[in-house]
Amino acid sequence: MSDPAHPYAPAGEPGSPPVRPANYVGQRLRRKEDARLLTGRATHVADLRIPGLLHAAVLRSPFAHARIAGIETEAAAAAAGVVRVVTARDLEGRVGPFVEAARSEISPLLNEKIGPTLKSCPMPVLAADRVLWVGQPVAAIVATDRYRAEDALELVQVDYEPLPPVSDPERALEPGAPVLHPELGDNVQTSFVVSVGDVDGAFARAERTLSARLVMGRTAANAMETRGVAAVPDAGRDELTVWDANARPHLVRTFICEMLGMPADSVRVIGPDMGGSFGTGMFPEDVLIAFLARELGRPVRWIEDRRENLSNTRHARDQIHQVEVAFDGDGRILALKDRYLIDAGAYNNYAITVSYNSAAHLRGQFAIDHMRVEALSVLTNKAPVTPVRGAGRPEVVFVMDRIVDLVATELGLDPVEVRRRNLIRPEQMPYPMGMPYRDGVDIVYDRADFPGQLNRALQMFGYEEFRREQAAARDAGRRIGVGVSSYVEGSGYGPYEGAVVRIDPRGHVTVATGAKPHGQSLETTLAQICADQLGVTPDDVTVRAGDTALIAHGIGTFASRSAVTAGTAVGVAAARLREKVLAVAAELLEIHPSDLDLDHGAVAARGAPDRRVSLADIARAATPGPRAKLPPGMEPGLEVVYYYVPPTVTFASGTHVVGVEVDEETGFVRLLKYVTTDDCGRMLNPTIVEGQVHGGVAHGIGNALFEEVVYDGDAQLLTGTYLDYLLPTASDVPPIAVGHQEEFPSELNPFGIKGVGEGGAVSPPAAIANAIVDALRPLRVHIDRVPIGPEGLYRLIREARAASRAG
Amino acid sequence: MADRRPITLRVNGQELSGSAEPRMTLADFLRDELGLTGTHLGCEHGVCGACTVLMDGRSVRSCLMFAVQAEGHELTTVEGLAAPDGSLSPLQEAFSTNHALQCGFCTPGFLIAVTEYLAEGAPGVDDEATLRARLSGNLCRCTGYQNIVTAVRDAAERMRRSP
Repeated sequence: MSDPAHPYAPAGEPGSPPVRPANYVGQRLRRKEDARLLTGRATHVADLRIPGLLHAAVLRSPFAHARIAGIETEAAAAAAGVVRVVTARDLEGRVGPFVEAARSEISPLLNEKIGPTLKSCPMPVLAADRVLWVGQPVAAIVATDRYRAEDALELVQVDYEPLPPVSDPERALEPGAPVLHPELGDNVQTSFVVSVGDVDGAFARAERTLSARLVMGRTAANAMETRGVAAVPDAGRDELTVWDANARPHLVRTFICEMLGMPADSVRVIGPDMGGSFGTGMFPEDVLIAFLARELGRPVRWIEDRRENLSNTRHARDQIHQVEVAFDGDGRILALKDRYLIDAGAYNNYAITVSYNSAAHLRGQFAIDHMRVEALSVLTNKAPVTPVRGAGRPEVVFVMDRIVDLVATELGLDPVEVRRRNLIRPEQMPYPMGMPYRDGVDIVYDRADFPGQLNRALQMFGYEEFRREQAAARDAGRRIGVGVSSYVEGSGYGPYEGAVVRIDPRGHVTVATGAKPHGQSLETTLAQICADQLGVTPDDVTVRAGDTALIAHGIGTFASRSAVTAGTAVGVAAARLREKVLAVAAELLEIHPSDLDLDHGAVAARGAPDRRVSLADIARAATPGPRAKLPPGMEPGLEVVYYYVPPTVTFASGTHVVGVEVDEETGFVRLLKYVTTDDCGRMLNPTIVEGQVHGGVAHGIGNALFEEVVYDGDAQLLTGTYLDYLLPTASDVPPIAVGHQEEFPSELNPFGIKGVGEGGAVSPPAAIANAIVDALRPLRVHIDRVPIGPEGLYRLIREARAASRAG
Repeated sequence: MADRRPITLRVNGQELSGSAEPRMTLADFLRDELGLTGTHLGCEHGVCGACTVLMDGRSVRSCLMFAVQAEGHELTTVEGLAAPDGSLSPLQEAFSTNHALQCGFCTPGFLIAVTEYLAEGAPGVDDEATLRARLSGNLCRCTGYQNIVTAVRDAAERMRRSP
């Protein structure tokens, strides 16, 4: 290829052998995880059988904003089965503050280039003087069983003095609004401006402009397993073993050690089987339960219930964008201005993670030279928001794709044509976006073909045919429409992930990594990668993920990062281990390593396959001791530890096309068909990739049509059960056709991997909103907010009818 | 001492006994008293379906029943679906070959609900809307349901071929 190489493509690390070509990688292998999950033998936190276990329950604030005048716990402490009641007072001076913003370190490079304003507001583990959202932890009770612990919650008397709540992020900015954290001065917790090109000049020169206010409501992650923590103390040694349904075991350990003042190796955190996560991060309970177990010298477990989950386990999205766009008469978008607010809730532990993701992904697949965004994270009396599947991307893809549609409407053009005219062309790749990514590294897109992706998606969908059907349907009084959305996604975020790859004396391979899968199938895909490098089968490889005792450092599984980062770490570690295996085998066979091949679990001489030695024999020869047979100077043991530090993120992308039918009389939307085409580089296991896309799309359909966390004007939560918060069911999700562009393996890692975990969830709100608008084109309905349920859509239809009558 | 009632019932073909306070849910009894932790709790208010078990062949939400109500009844949980020799049922096989599970937390509830459906002869299995409506009593956040739909069809077909 004559194309220029990606500027961040590594030149090849010294000491890293070339990786072997794929054999198991790329195959649709059955998952290693399945057997235990299908037979009821998986082990989640709640499944652990722990002798002498005590059970914790957490008392939570019923008010959005109130002063705590006093807490009376005597009756609860005296109740049957209760072992201990704790409030903030009991933690004073013993449990350090829960500080995450400072920790999710802003990269110094980004600080230098963008200089965001960041204010610190550490969260108390239990509320002390004030509560700031409905669901905030106020007290914890430990009892002999969960029923008794929950009984006793009702006996705790908290004297709340309600304060005026801040429920609206725009009002939170007005002078005189109550300030959540007086020490911050106002309710803006973080803000930044990103400027690319000459926005004002472009607007001054532009033939046309339009502006829009576009809103994405608040949703929640909703892993099917609620959170849970079990902590078992070894009182004699002052050590703790903690099982935590958290996708970041090493970070949980860091929090426990820092907040309780314990050495790192005295705390072992194990991520057991986990029923999803989809983001959400770190929580005070992760530390609180560890504290209680250590305090009582007895094992303590807390399992969250769904009501706690819906009120407290972190919400997401909730952005208001005020956008202006400059464009020409052909629909070329010249410049964008976007000022947006994120309703961050009462604490913003993730600083600018989500708001900056939004800035970095706003222009997506489009070549727009001039942009200025101003982002504000605003504090209100609601549950904190965190990154959740998509993490700032679905919001701006909704904004951008609605803009494309508005421009097309303004010019009377087909929205697909306007989209095509603005896409970055393949010959422009690798394309610099003129701004840094969140890691501070200037964004340069990976090689890709966006117009080709669009064409393939339209072809799979049958776009032309659908347009003909649409015309016929319109004549028959049916409203059907098509919507398109596309995205890019920075995936494989750092700073690193590691792997330990080891061969035991039986020749079996064990991989340990700090990534912690919760549905992503890493036990299978990492085994595929490892097997290829070590010439064994995936059955010969056991992957143990998310146990701090097995690898010193780890980050975790989120942000579409694990296939890229842990995958590369495992692959490189295994390739290095192969070199060692060959060196030991050379010693045993007395043949030069370059004349040896490692395959089928053994090393054999090239051309003389009977001269061979098994991995088991090699592992025994590498065991320290008098029987060791190693090349001079080589360390014993068949084990390699490798930490992969990606140069920056690698950009995956996708295009979605959806067909909908709208019932004008009820506002009900039926999804007729759904097509995706993604570019996630080299696929480790296409079946698993497709599963990720399916699930992401369903999540996005929920965000588009059903799911919304609703607070009333007093910031009281109205959606505390699954009767109020609606997740999509099988009937709400149409068949999804998934296509792939495989011709652009990432140049940033040796396996060509780009991430795919979140992408599916990014485009559905935009595509579905555009499809609804398209179906109702004669009525000129404008959707400026998702989720859009039947009630909201019916209102828009009624207003549009009234307007057309008036007009 | 709390008021505990003895409970005897058949679970997965075995007669089992335990005791529970009258307010203990069937789900908690199965999990905590009998150690059958394959039955999962996702919402504890009867919506998500993760805790679904069969009682006398009919699916019930074990989070919405008291353990004492199951006295003398015959239950099937996910632990009872594989053959005694450990080989997977056609439905379990179909779930694995069609990648119908990711995190797998909701899977026991789906397997039980679909086992009931297959025992009825899987009416309407070839009609997309009918099948999806039948599956809509269980929530899954990972799969988008597509591969579950495929797996159920595959299992029905496997059972048709070798009943």
